[in-house]
Amino acid sequence: MMEKISKVSSIVTPLDRPNIDTDQIVPKQFLKLVQRTGFGAFLFHDWRFDQNNQKKEFVLNDPKYSGSHILVSGDNFGCGSSREHAAWAIKDFGFDVVIAPSFADIFYNNCFKNGILPISLPKDIVSDLMKTVSTVSVDLASQTISYDSKSMKFDIDESRKKTLLEGLDDIAITLQHEATITAFEKSHA
Amino acid sequence: MAKTLFEKIWDAHKVDEIDGQIKTLEKNCQDFGIPLFGLDSPYQGIVHVIGPELGITLPGTTIVCGDSHTSTHGAFGAFALGIGTSDVEHVLATQCLVLDKPKTYEIRVDGKRKNNHAITAKDIILSIIKKIGTAGGTGTVLEYRGQAISDLSLDERMTICNMSIEGGARAGLIAPDQKTFDYLKGRKYVPKNYDDLVTQWKDTLKTDDNAKFDKSFAIDASQIIPQVSWGTNPAMTADVTESVPDPAEFAKGDSSQEIAAKNALDYMDLQSGTPLTDIKIDRVFIGSCTNARLQDLVEAASIIRGRKASPNVKVMVVPGSQQVKAQAEQMGLDKIFKDANFEWRESGCSMCLGMNPDILSRGERCASTSNRNFEGRQGAGGRTHLVSPIMASAAAIAGHFVDVREWV
Repeated sequence: MMEKISKVSSIVTPLDRPNIDTDQIVPKQFLKLVQRTGFGAFLFHDWRFDQNNQKKEFVLNDPKYSGSHILVSGDNFGCGSSREHAAWAIKDFGFDVVIAPSFADIFYNNCFKNGILPISLPKDIVSDLMKTVSTVSVDLASQTISYDSKSMKFDIDESRKKTLLEGLDDIAITLQHEATITAFEKSHA
Repeated sequence: MAKTLFEKIWDAHKVDEIDGQIKTLEKNCQDFGIPLFGLDSPYQGIVHVIGPELGITLPGTTIVCGDSHTSTHGAFGAFALGIGTSDVEHVLATQCLVLDKPKTYEIRVDGKRKNNHAITAKDIILSIIKKIGTAGGTGTVLEYRGQAISDLSLDERMTICNMSIEGGARAGLIAPDQKTFDYLKGRKYVPKNYDDLVTQWKDTLKTDDNAKFDKSFAIDASQIIPQVSWGTNPAMTADVTESVPDPAEFAKGDSSQEIAAKNALDYMDLQSGTPLTDIKIDRVFIGSCTNARLQDLVEAASIIRGRKASPNVKVMVVPGSQQVKAQAEQMGLDKIFKDANFEWRESGCSMCLGMNPDILSRGERCASTSNRNFEGRQGAGGRTHLVSPIMASAAAIAGHFVDVREWV
């Protein structure tokens, strides 16, 4: 069963770049494994480490952000390859929430399969969030984000919200409709 | 090489990661009765090349695959989309996928190309992405229409639909026409009642005259010229006659785009104002699900007779499937490539994503017919410029980018 998500409170990790593609999130040399675990070590690998595997100056290497569960980034986050390893790595590294002005479709979808809450917010709010050093609280049930005595709502599809809140298994939900699926398949045989 | 006893035992028992992945795939396919065109199959190849080639891709169907370039199959009027691993599992377990209905986005390509050899489908799609941006198509299904799209062959239409994902779209579609029906006829896996299906498709699989799209974009094919990408996403592309842009001008007031363009120029080691045709290259890759079909290889070969690759450039040609490879060899294309010192390889994805040892070294610059110029895509520190097959071939010979219109 997938991990549930309801409330997340932490400082945010600001990653102020647009169009971050899944090749950057998990480079291809780590796609040869056949399990889903342990990908956090590879998250943003080529931005975190140089060719001698030494840490580079990069926000994810900054100890001040250790303990952050909220990643804040630029437009079109997660574009490119459909590799779900990107979502696995983000979750495994310790992020439960990703906030950006917009997300690429496949990545957005992959988040919900892996207990990650992706939140789209207007650009000016995302910019403001990147600057705050305070604790940011995300409450999925009430669809609210609050920090620095500010509070705002975010949108999310009802069924996806339920999936995250209850840690539901998508396949089990779909198989509740097995009779309908079988009937459809017969009519299209 | 001489080995010690221990080394011999080690080598006999080690399973490298890729081997493990392939063996797992083979076992799972066998256990669940799923046909697999494995390494020994004459039909082996990139899934987006062999699906259409074998007649598995059909108009009006839904096709999903755990790869974002599944959009390729939309060239046949199929709704084809890339999905993640969990969704693949969902489909295998339930035959269903839960989707929000995407919006519709009309991409009109009117008019005719000025030079059908020098200006290719790749130049059309790069010109579109350059304008709509890498997120322009988010949440939508693109439908490519207009004279210049009708004029394209199926191989060319697949190049267009393939890169729909580079414009952020859920999928790309082209309405099937007589060319589509002729392409598929007689292929290995088309249904027995194919002719009846064609009659049905002709009536139904087209956008109604009075239908409204949620969004529209139009481009004039007669204004398109060969394209070269200069940055680290496919929208960072320019006409071959242009120079590397100034980040501020490119960003048009968007500060995050300006930073992204600056980072891109740093990564690519390029200076604003350098003419694209002055950029020297180290490597050329002709291949990938975007541009490794027979017509791509024919176009790439068309300008190299009697010429040789520049001595400073290493060139790889990788057919998209074993069938493409066999057809190309029947036409003698392999000989043309080899005579020009272009390496002729076995079919696969190769240096499009650098998951096998076909990678760029740090700092190497490559003219590539693939679809993504992301940082490190073809190898950590490697620099990728996206171009058409004929532009890649010309660059291989000249050692730098050239306006191939001057050659054909």
